[in-house]
Amino acid sequence: MLEIDNLSAAYGSFQALFGINLRVDAGETVGVIGPNGAGKTTLMRVISGLLPGRAGKLAFEGRALTGVPAYRVVARGIAHVPENRRLFPKLTVEENLRIGAYMPQARKHFGERLAWVYELFPRLAERRTQLAGTMSGGEQQMCAIARALMSKPKLLLLDEPSAGLAPLVVQQVFDLVRKIRSEGFTVLIVEQNVQQLLELVDRAYLLEVGRIKLSGMAAELKANAFVRQAYLGL
Amino acid sequence: MDIYLVEALLNGLLLGGVLALLALGLNLIFGVIDVVWIAYAELVMCGMYVVYWLLALAALIAILSVAVLGLLVHQLIIAPILGSPAINQLLATGGLLFFLQSFATLLFGTDFRNIGLRLPILEFADMNVSFARLIAFGVAVLGAGALYGFLSKSFLGTAIRAIGQDREIVGLMGVDQRRIYLVTSAIGGALAGLAACLLVLQYDVHPFIGLSFGPITFMICVLGGLGNMLGGFVAAFIMSEIISVGGFYFSQEIGEVLAFVVFIALIFVRPQGIFGRS
Ligand SMILES: Nc1ncnc2c1ncn2[C@@H]1O[C@H](COP(=O)(O)OP(=O)(O)OP(=O)(O)O)[C@@H](O)[C@H]1O
Ligand SMILES: [Mg+2]
Repeated sequence: MLEIDNLSAAYGSFQALFGINLRVDAGETVGVIGPNGAGKTTLMRVISGLLPGRAGKLAFEGRALTGVPAYRVVARGIAHVPENRRLFPKLTVEENLRIGAYMPQARKHFGERLAWVYELFPRLAERRTQLAGTMSGGEQQMCAIARALMSKPKLLLLDEPSAGLAPLVVQQVFDLVRKIRSEGFTVLIVEQNVQQLLELVDRAYLLEVGRIKLSGMAAELKANAFVRQAYLGL
Repeated sequence: MDIYLVEALLNGLLLGGVLALLALGLNLIFGVIDVVWIAYAELVMCGMYVVYWLLALAALIAILSVAVLGLLVHQLIIAPILGSPAINQLLATGGLLFFLQSFATLLFGTDFRNIGLRLPILEFADMNVSFARLIAFGVAVLGAGALYGFLSKSFLGTAIRAIGQDREIVGLMGVDQRRIYLVTSAIGGALAGLAACLLVLQYDVHPFIGLSFGPITFMICVLGGLGNMLGGFVAAFIMSEIISVGGFYFSQEIGEVLAFVVFIALIFVRPQGIFGRS
């Protein structure tokens, strides 16, 4: 579904990604782990078109994604839940969801999708008229994910959905991602919470200073000596 | 209460409607595109000429043509300098102000023109109220209401409100920024066009008429908090009441001076505007 070959990306003269190879197949949940500054967010931003790739191949469902601006990438079926949620703080929850359905194809189904999303996240239905910026971190994360789901994406990109949340809420967010997964969505998820992530995903990639250092099935990585030592603290 | 004071208050309220409309347009553009159109009142001036020359279909054509003018201002002047420092943007739209004034002088001369339509003065309860002002107020409030409905209920309007809150992330929702900027500029232009239709009923048009509304509109926007549409709407009525009531006790000129003094005093106390957050 998503194919990335030898991709590199840079901020001005600072190169952040070097020759990345990555694949996500339909129906899979794939994780990306790595330390701070490894380039995980950069990778997500290149996929969704917020940052142009510098070289290499990026394709979705067999069609090139290179050079496609972000607002067209969504229309192709990729929704990106950005790092730090990035809700529109002075819009209400429902208005945030309405923007999530901005694209013409999504507008037509706004009513039914809103009902579906509220069913998936009953908490948001209670908060529909609250300003998004005044909600708790966990609620904001729910809203950010719901906003992305309003476009009914084929591939959902999640960038550290559990960052900055209390342990109990982290658990809720992971349960949420499981729920979304069971609805049949394909998910590419970045997480620092490696232990939990490897319980959730089918496969994962380990990114370090802009390069893929390791990749494999979740079970393989869990058993890998380096991962156990450096990321699982075992 | 003194009946003439009531009349002055009422006239202030009516004047506030049109000023509120102008403040809305300017704030919309500032909030969304993050530039200040110094030449905004000169667009009103252009619109007044359109009404003057094309009375028949005047109103509609004036609104549409100023909307197109807004679009052109954005595409030709703002878009190329969007990323540059604020001072350059001010200079560019300031240059437009002088260009439009000189261009109008060249085309129409410096004569004062009016559409020759004299609307009656209404009398009720011993008060005199200009019918033109009453219409202007009613239409301005309707226009503001329509804009409010559009911004709060439609997909496009929601995107327009969102873009100033996070310019990057709107792209992830499928929103094309450039398109939003164009639409916003056209709406800002249309509001100036609507104001022009209403003002031409009350004032003669000449190339420098923009100077009668430009400075006061900017004061209103700053007072309400730049980019804050609700704040600007309320501030318009505060300023128009000061002008009108000041004009009643002293003279029209003193009323305007008073408005300016109050503006300076308030800004001294609250530099972020009365409704702005610091
Ligand atoms: N806008 C930017 N301009 C310049 N350099 C940047 C920019 N954004 C990120 N970088 C740099 O690119 C590298 C990768 O950053 P990125 O945000 O992708 O890391 P990350 O893996 O997501 O880290 P974290 O776990 O802290 O979120 C870092 O060295 C960072 O300093
Ligand atoms: Mg990151």
